Amino acid sequence: MRDVAVVGFAQSTSARDVDRNEVEMLMPVVSAAMEHSGLTHEDIGFTCSGSNDYLIGGPFSFVSALDAVGAWPPIAESHVEMDGAFALYEAWVKLQLGHIDAALVYSFGKSSMTDLGELTPLALDPYSLLPLWPDHVSLAALQARAYLDAAGRTEADLAEVAARSRTRAVANPHAIVQGETTAAAMLQEDLVVSPLRTGDVPPVTDGAAAVVLAAGDALDRTRTRAAHITGLDHRIEAHQPGARDLARSTSTELAAERAGVGEGAIDVAELHAAFSHEELILRAALGLDDGVDVNPSGGALVSNPWMTTGLIRIGEAANRIFDGGATRVVAHATAGPCLQQNLVCVMEARS
Amino acid sequence: MPSEALLAPHHLEFPGGYTRSLGPVLSRFLTGLRDGAIVGVRTAEGRVLVPPAEYDPDTGAAVSDDFVTVGPVGTVTTWAWVHEPKRNHPLDHPFAWALIRLDGADTAMLHVVDAGEEAAMSTGARVVPRWRKARVGHINDIEAFVLGDVAEAVPPLPAEVDTSEDVTYMAAPIALDYELSAGTAPSRFLRGMREGRLLGQRCPVCEQVYIPSRGSCPIHGVPTEGEVECGPLGTLTTYCVVNLQFHPAAPPPPYVCAQVLLDGANTPFFGLIDGTGADGERLKPDDIRMGMRVRAVWKDPAEWGLSAENVKYFEPTGEPDADFETYKDYQ
Repeated sequence: MRDVAVVGFAQSTSARDVDRNEVEMLMPVVSAAMEHSGLTHEDIGFTCSGSNDYLIGGPFSFVSALDAVGAWPPIAESHVEMDGAFALYEAWVKLQLGHIDAALVYSFGKSSMTDLGELTPLALDPYSLLPLWPDHVSLAALQARAYLDAAGRTEADLAEVAARSRTRAVANPHAIVQGETTAAAMLQEDLVVSPLRTGDVPPVTDGAAAVVLAAGDALDRTRTRAAHITGLDHRIEAHQPGARDLARSTSTELAAERAGVGEGAIDVAELHAAFSHEELILRAALGLDDGVDVNPSGGALVSNPWMTTGLIRIGEAANRIFDGGATRVVAHATAGPCLQQNLVCVMEARS
Repeated sequence: MPSEALLAPHHLEFPGGYTRSLGPVLSRFLTGLRDGAIVGVRTAEGRVLVPPAEYDPDTGAAVSDDFVTVGPVGTVTTWAWVHEPKRNHPLDHPFAWALIRLDGADTAMLHVVDAGEEAAMSTGARVVPRWRKARVGHINDIEAFVLGDVAEAVPPLPAEVDTSEDVTYMAAPIALDYELSAGTAPSRFLRGMREGRLLGQRCPVCEQVYIPSRGSCPIHGVPTEGEVECGPLGTLTTYCVVNLQFHPAAPPPPYVCAQVLLDGANTPFFGLIDGTGADGERLKPDDIRMGMRVRAVWKDPAEWGLSAENVKYFEPTGEPDADFETYKDYQ
């Protein structure tokens, strides 16, 4: 496997980015990630993005988003209608082929422009699920109870996750909700869809993120302490939530095994757990013990720009390598209802 | 701080719903619902999938052609309580979502339980469907499940419903409402239009002037700057003749759509070409040519809005045609 590393990362988030269109929101993020990496526009051999047209309410929004990267002379480019983490996977595969040495990955989306609860059912089976309009919070709540029932845990365990996320988020300038709090306080919050309370549900977030990948000669020209990708895999389960065991994440278990999560100690994990119970399910699926620092950024519970949250997990985990705070980290991204599809990325520092 | 950017409502809808063909497996499922039965399918390994699928989700193998009527009593495997229903939820009062494993099935299907209050719900609860009278072959033919283990009678279909044919199509109405932001640069352009000005922005790297600017130079990926007033004169770089009445608000055909390179700009601007020809009659398509010099004709200022439509059309100025070299890169 070719040595490919994350060498640059930038993000921008807000509760509601009214003043900027998607291009205006994305452009400074792409520039900052490039600047962070030390590579130039000319180094980039492949550009891949992740976004969702329903967020912007019009088709082919990723085409106009290219205005933010400078696509002239014509560039090699691709797009996934998914979180940017899956665009990163495509770029990583492209780098594995050996023809290019650097890639730019970005994603963007504004969740505040429409009612996400009406938008998310559109990604569901159109025959038996969509006509009922089960929103993402409702489906998550079904999985939450399935997990609590099977694991013998309670809403207090969810509140622990919620409280820790908000408390850790105090140090994260990109967090939409933050503040030192306790599980007892989180248990007093309103129920949104039982058993999930306000603190168990992510804030509406607009945002963009960009990651620069490098391999070969380009690695020598970067200015960061590179986060070398030693394992990257994604797996998907059946779409129908009722056809799966919702109390565990078998696709995460398989992706983690194939990415080699257990082949060494993990210092930091950044998990795309947009709901409290998802962190508990994912910790178990990834085999993370209590020594692992999980979601030091506060995670998706404090900042959740749709289509971008997963890519931010990879960036935040890489940040811990960039800043010298960790030597082996794991990032996770998800897509689909109730953790249907899961991506696991292991990154390491080289001395 | 007041927003710099213009916001506008946006409605996205497939009127009447997106029509989908069902295929042989889902056709059996939805035909069953119309007729008051819940039908699953047996996999090659003998498990019964409800709702049925064409493939075993565990193995990818095609399912058998053994369709099985299940339930109507089922067991709640997990549930969630909605305190405030959304406008498109199946019920307009608090209810439970539930995954329900119908007796005889090996997977659970999603539906709602009209349980009255949250305290009445529990994992393991037994539920039965409450059927609509006017069933069409749709998941909502089950109005809701209710607590209990005694099947409710299936109301007979209205006499006018033809049950001689299977259900092979379904419609899924989809509508979304947005409040979209134009962004800072397009808002500046639209405000200029309201003042009768054609405003572009310049790339600080290549100095190209974009009108309208979306806020970036697509060549260099950097923010465009300033306010550059373009036109109102320009050069027609390319055009087409429209012979069909596409839209009630469009001029009577044939009419001409063109790209106009406004003086001072480096991107062509879309507009109609109209006005009076040399013969005193309405301009004809044959009067129009590439390189022709044109000027913007604005609506009455009282009608100006935040819209590029404030320019009614461009009309010929009568100046000599522009040299091809001046516009060959802008077609």
